[in-house]
Amino acid sequence: MIKSMWWKFLGLALVLYSIIAGLLIDVPALPVIHQTIRNLFYHVSMWFAMFVMLGTSLVYSIRYLSGFRMRDDLMASGAVYTGIFFGLMGLMTGMVWARFTWGDFWTNDPQLNGAAVSMMAYLAYAVLRGSIDEVAMRARISAVYNIFAFMLLVIFLGVLPRLADSSLHPGKGGNTSTMEGLDMTMRMVFYPAALGWILIACWLLQLHTRRRALIQGIH
Amino acid sequence: MLEIRQRYAINGILLYVFSTIFVVQLCFGRVIDEKTWIALFWVILLFAAFNAVSKSFIQEASARRLYYFMIASPLSVVISKMIYNSLLMVVLGALSLGLFSVFMGFPGLYAGLFVPAFLLGCIGLASALTMVSAIASRSGNNAALMAILGFPVVLPLLLLLVKASQKALTGRVETAEMLRFLSAITLIDLVVVVLAVILFPYLWRD
Repeated sequence: MIKSMWWKFLGLALVLYSIIAGLLIDVPALPVIHQTIRNLFYHVSMWFAMFVMLGTSLVYSIRYLSGFRMRDDLMASGAVYTGIFFGLMGLMTGMVWARFTWGDFWTNDPQLNGAAVSMMAYLAYAVLRGSIDEVAMRARISAVYNIFAFMLLVIFLGVLPRLADSSLHPGKGGNTSTMEGLDMTMRMVFYPAALGWILIACWLLQLHTRRRALIQGIH
Repeated sequence: MLEIRQRYAINGILLYVFSTIFVVQLCFGRVIDEKTWIALFWVILLFAAFNAVSKSFIQEASARRLYYFMIASPLSVVISKMIYNSLLMVVLGALSLGLFSVFMGFPGLYAGLFVPAFLLGCIGLASALTMVSAIASRSGNNAALMAILGFPVVLPLLLLLVKASQKALTGRVETAEMLRFLSAITLIDLVVVVLAVILFPYLWRD
């Protein structure tokens, strides 16, 4: 029992640690950002968790197309739904952060628009799944679309912001990267936070898939 | 293919493009600044592309689909559809460019960047939408799905095209910068085509 559940406790502990330590440690005093830099621990980890979930879903979609096992489709769609959840959380934490640093909930930033459109692509995935009744066909077609959606995610969050002329996000549009500006104490919280949320995301995915497997009677 | 069998389809698209451009002219008057010109042009072309390409799988009768399924490999079906739709889009795009210039005037775009970007853009839009049309045709409610699935897929391409056209406004563009835009557009085209060729067989069979 404990042996197979250690990573869940680890995830919980890391998230708790990052919430407490994230509010307690000394952060460097930077212009404009000031104390809101603490949001980095929560906002950026949401995107890390989302990327891991959507990457998992890509892997399971490819596995589904090579083996046609319903279990893989269940994992792929569950991972997309969990990924959408973390993506929306990332958008929300980002909007709050943007309100207190850039002055508005939404700015015309390539990173923000890219994130919004990739979320739309994945919501379209959910609609696509809803519109096909036959189970095997739904699994196959949504797996194909999922591979496209992941390509979009990479283009929107990885390629286009770097090509853009200006961006408010670090590391994009000629700004310096975050990781270079991050001091050691912040790294001590940020990496555990990201890992912790990824583990929590895996746990959510597991619960979600188990529940749906029970309902649909798939093993 | 489909448009030759259904003459009214191609005429319908042409009339659609014409009326959209005419409406734009009535609403905006002739004088608009160059950035608006570019944005309007690509938006009109985008919707024309949706209308033109979404027919490629959705309007095929299921008996004909079965016939194609019997006589051709999925690879040749998807590649021929893509080539055909790309040609259709290039023709349609050239026609709308001409009409749009007649009604709205033509800003001094640098042809060395605009023309290749325009051609690559038409090909990319056509291939991406061909694939989306194939996906949407397998689901029940396909007209609405075509729009919501297609929009995110073509958006990166559209953004790059608008950006490249705006660059072309500034007059002569340096070769290095031109190559950067064109290679980005080509890369997206290639990714879409390769993914479509790999994934289409899974969509094709029942």
